[in-house]
Amino acid sequence: MSAMAVEFKEDYLQAYRLKSWLLTTDHKRIGLLYMATITFFFFVGGAAATIMRLELMTPKGDVLPSPDAYNRLFTMHGVVMIFFFLIPSIPAVLGNFLIPLMIGARDLAFPILNLLSWYVLMIGGSIAIGILIFGGVDTGWTFYTPFSTMFSNTMVVPAATAVFIAGFSSILTGLNFIVTVHTMRAPGMTWFRLPLFVWALYATSLIQVLGTPVLAIAVALVAVERLLHVGIFDPALGGDPILFQHLFWFYSHPAVYIMLLPSMGVVAEIVPCFSRRPIFGYKLIAFSSVAIAVLGFLVWGHHMFVSGQSMYAGMIFSFLSFMVAIPSAIKVFNWTATMYKGSVRLDTPMLYALGFIGLFTMGGLTGLMLASVAIDVHVHDTYFVVAHFHYIMVGGAVMGYLGGIHFWWPKMSGRMYSELLGKLSALTVFIGFNLTFFPQFVLGYLGMPRRYYEYPAEFQVLNVMSTAGASILAVGYVLPLAYLLFSLRRPPDAGPNPWRASGLEWQTDSPPPVHNFEEIPIVTRGPYQYSPEGAEAIDGNGDDASR
Amino acid sequence: MWNFPLFPDQASTIAKHVDALYFFALGIAGFFTAMICVLILAFAARYRRKSTADRLNPPTASRTLEIIWIGGPMLLMLTMFTWAAILFYKMYDPPVDALEVYVVGKQWMWHAQHSEGRAEINELHVPLGRPIRLTMTSQDVIHSFFIPAFRVKQDVLPGRYTTMWFEPAKIGRYHLFCAEYCGTNHSAMGGWVYVMEPVEFQQWLSQAGTGASMAEQGERLFVQYHCAGCHRGSQTVHAPRLEGVYGRPVPVQQGTEVRFTLADYRYIRDSILRPKSEVVAGYEPVMPSFEGQITEPDLLKIIAYIKSIGAKEATQ
Amino acid sequence: METVTTHRASGPPAAPSDEPILEVQFDDLEQQHEASSVGMWVFLATEVMFFGGLIAAYAVYRAISPSEVALASQHLNVGLGCLNTVILLGSSLSMALAVRAAQLQSRRNLLWFLAITAALGACFLGVKAVEYYQEYREHLIPGWNFQIPAQVAAKSSSLPLDPRRFEMFFVLYFFMTGLHAFHLIVGIALVSVMALLTWRRWFSGSGETQIEVTGLYWHFVDVVWVFLYPLLYLIDVQS
Repeated sequence: MSAMAVEFKEDYLQAYRLKSWLLTTDHKRIGLLYMATITFFFFVGGAAATIMRLELMTPKGDVLPSPDAYNRLFTMHGVVMIFFFLIPSIPAVLGNFLIPLMIGARDLAFPILNLLSWYVLMIGGSIAIGILIFGGVDTGWTFYTPFSTMFSNTMVVPAATAVFIAGFSSILTGLNFIVTVHTMRAPGMTWFRLPLFVWALYATSLIQVLGTPVLAIAVALVAVERLLHVGIFDPALGGDPILFQHLFWFYSHPAVYIMLLPSMGVVAEIVPCFSRRPIFGYKLIAFSSVAIAVLGFLVWGHHMFVSGQSMYAGMIFSFLSFMVAIPSAIKVFNWTATMYKGSVRLDTPMLYALGFIGLFTMGGLTGLMLASVAIDVHVHDTYFVVAHFHYIMVGGAVMGYLGGIHFWWPKMSGRMYSELLGKLSALTVFIGFNLTFFPQFVLGYLGMPRRYYEYPAEFQVLNVMSTAGASILAVGYVLPLAYLLFSLRRPPDAGPNPWRASGLEWQTDSPPPVHNFEEIPIVTRGPYQYSPEGAEAIDGNGDDASR
Repeated sequence: MWNFPLFPDQASTIAKHVDALYFFALGIAGFFTAMICVLILAFAARYRRKSTADRLNPPTASRTLEIIWIGGPMLLMLTMFTWAAILFYKMYDPPVDALEVYVVGKQWMWHAQHSEGRAEINELHVPLGRPIRLTMTSQDVIHSFFIPAFRVKQDVLPGRYTTMWFEPAKIGRYHLFCAEYCGTNHSAMGGWVYVMEPVEFQQWLSQAGTGASMAEQGERLFVQYHCAGCHRGSQTVHAPRLEGVYGRPVPVQQGTEVRFTLADYRYIRDSILRPKSEVVAGYEPVMPSFEGQITEPDLLKIIAYIKSIGAKEATQ
Repeated sequence: METVTTHRASGPPAAPSDEPILEVQFDDLEQQHEASSVGMWVFLATEVMFFGGLIAAYAVYRAISPSEVALASQHLNVGLGCLNTVILLGSSLSMALAVRAAQLQSRRNLLWFLAITAALGACFLGVKAVEYYQEYREHLIPGWNFQIPAQVAAKSSSLPLDPRRFEMFFVLYFFMTGLHAFHLIVGIALVSVMALLTWRRWFSGSGETQIEVTGLYWHFVDVVWVFLYPLLYLIDVQS
């Protein structure tokens, strides 16, 4: 402890002037900049969702003044949550903070580029907030043509610009990660000694680098058609609206895996640590991350089963969509098997991780129903789809993000948080989430279409349940914000390794020094060297450290 | 208040098949969710830190287990895929004796037109036990025609025709929705589908209206837009006769080559709106374009007329 | 993870002035060079997808309206396009020679070849500007002054033609060549900066890594043109 007290002076948080943050090239500080940014966007998107759920408590439109207001809200909810929260969430926050630490490097390969990508996201985000303030956009986050190009009278071009710019932030982050993982691993850190979080982020980066440019082209063409009135997508001008859907989903389906894969990586770190067991089937999990990234590029057409594409295209995309479920299933089974014969402790990060496994399993299995083309014809564009992707993106990605934040918070801030409040928040989120979104599966199969401002009266009870759940969920999300910020009032007390976790990031101080390691470590063994034996003794120490 | 539905009506012949597949998938989903949850809870309890459970020789990887949980789900998925694909094939292909109804979507209403002539807005009347085939198009943006009780849905696109079919199996009134977001009043773009006894349906068809069938109305338009001037055998203009053309391959001049195109809804529509794009071999491209001059419902009537003279030809 | 640590210094050693500067995050120059090179390759993969999306759109429209695309393509100036292809291939040669000169530490040659590369790039843009101006004169710029050319309008009475698809070809033409020109402008700026830095002896060492990465980018922009030229200009040349 006394040795640590000396090192405080050089930890990465030690300069407080604004300029030292805005011009930093330290990957850890940039990670925190992203964290502040996306937390802001999360609550903006969350506020939109709250108002939408309030509106949907009654079948008639009464909370909001007009259907247009509702349409703008769900569009902004989607745009903000997807492009400015979920896609940057784990990669840009935890990935930035952890990848150099985990592979034993002093920083990412291109630190200035890293800072630049944060500024690029800020520019895109500022435009998005500007749109929100000056009138909004009502196309849905999918920008389907020809509605977006020729019919909507809202700020479509600024929204396309915001998405276009944010895309470059994503590309630059992915590029930086790929190069860093390829060239900057510490001596002895072979590919199969990499933590699975790094594997997951590597696969994610591949999607970001290869998928995002196609989205950029799609939204750029929307802007061109809208500004110049030349036919690209509008059939009245000789265009093809289905082409837009192909280009859009070619990115936007893999984008789901940009949100999900990093969460899977987080879970693969947390479950072994709190089970005191090496992960079950390391290689299979690593390969399944890459398999998901690759297969994810081949299934975009399952968003278009009823769009008028040919029956055979539908069947092929259906088949490939089933195939992409297999690597996901492998991961779920392997995480579960990791707990077998372990020494399990249900601390906050573990609760979030287990919550992730449960919710992701449900999200994935309902995904199989959607891949079954005959069922999809019925439930496409209904609340069934809404429930499904929230189980994946909120139950999956956000649970993983929160689990990761709770796991690495001691490393990032040097502080422990209240374990009691942590467990409470994990349970609140889990219960609130299920209450919000499970009724939507029922609503969807009943046939309630999505993006409806008003709906038939017989759907009301389920909608009220959903809204009630959303209010619980909101509490669950505000709670961590409060106690994590509150923990900053105390001096750093976590110690380098409060969870007694393996992994290079735990071998340096909390918070880490500016260039991460006093000496670059030489790696001699694989990750997850845990053993259930003597876990209780470790436990005692861990408790000491967390006091 | 507690009297609310949890499951939609099964009002078409296909509905119970879709539901069967759905319940199968639901069973699989339920089984695996339960299995994972039970395993997690059991492991968390049995191997909790303070327990003295046997932890000897824990496996770190097992080829056999991994093959089982790759192979098992793969088999189940192949079953689901095959089942769903076969069912989809059935849902895709309308029976030949289907009753034709034409639907035009526009912001924010549905316009349905029966071949017998009666048209309706935001409602669709159909007889029990007859397959119905909808030919649909949109006047503006993409819509989606969705009848939950029938388990059918199809996007409706501007500039082209999409089709769907169903066979009502239960008398009643069912929701009709637009499922593809289409702007301000998207949620108000819907109405009711009425399934009636065939006899009542015939009465309903003959009530009100002009009494003229869709083809008859189309014939009037055919004359009104001066189509008849050339296409009914003119002395001055050399234009192809249209009797019997529907549903047959027509030779189309493509540069120096001639290829055959099926004269279907798409071809006839394109030939009216953009007559020069696919000209029948041996004719001059002299027909003017009617783009922007004929509404979508009128276009459908004209096509119905051209189709009807084909049918007459065939029966003669 | 069990690890042992060595007593290597965490920061880089102070660089002698004729050695390239080692950034703090790298262990040695080799790693730094590799990172720059991998970084540029990954960036080029992104660029491939960027142009790939556009070429996919082009392929769709060419497939559904082959005759319009072929006819419209005839309104491009094949001669100037060919000249530009030659210019750009020449610039790639001089860029390759520049990289070679940097590796051989031959500052004088490096400066010459960078200057030639940038000059050829500028020539390409000049020729492109002439082409755009011709197209402007012929009223072929969609959304600005587009008119179906008279001889096409005359032909369209005897040929099955959809004028909107004719215009769409030019939308794609300007989008694709414009995007390519933008990349070339960035390339010329990069090469010029490299030449300036070499001239001012700013690089410690010969700037080999920077020149090489710039070269990768330049060759990519060249290769894109090699695809665009046949796709846009050479559809139906003989008729």
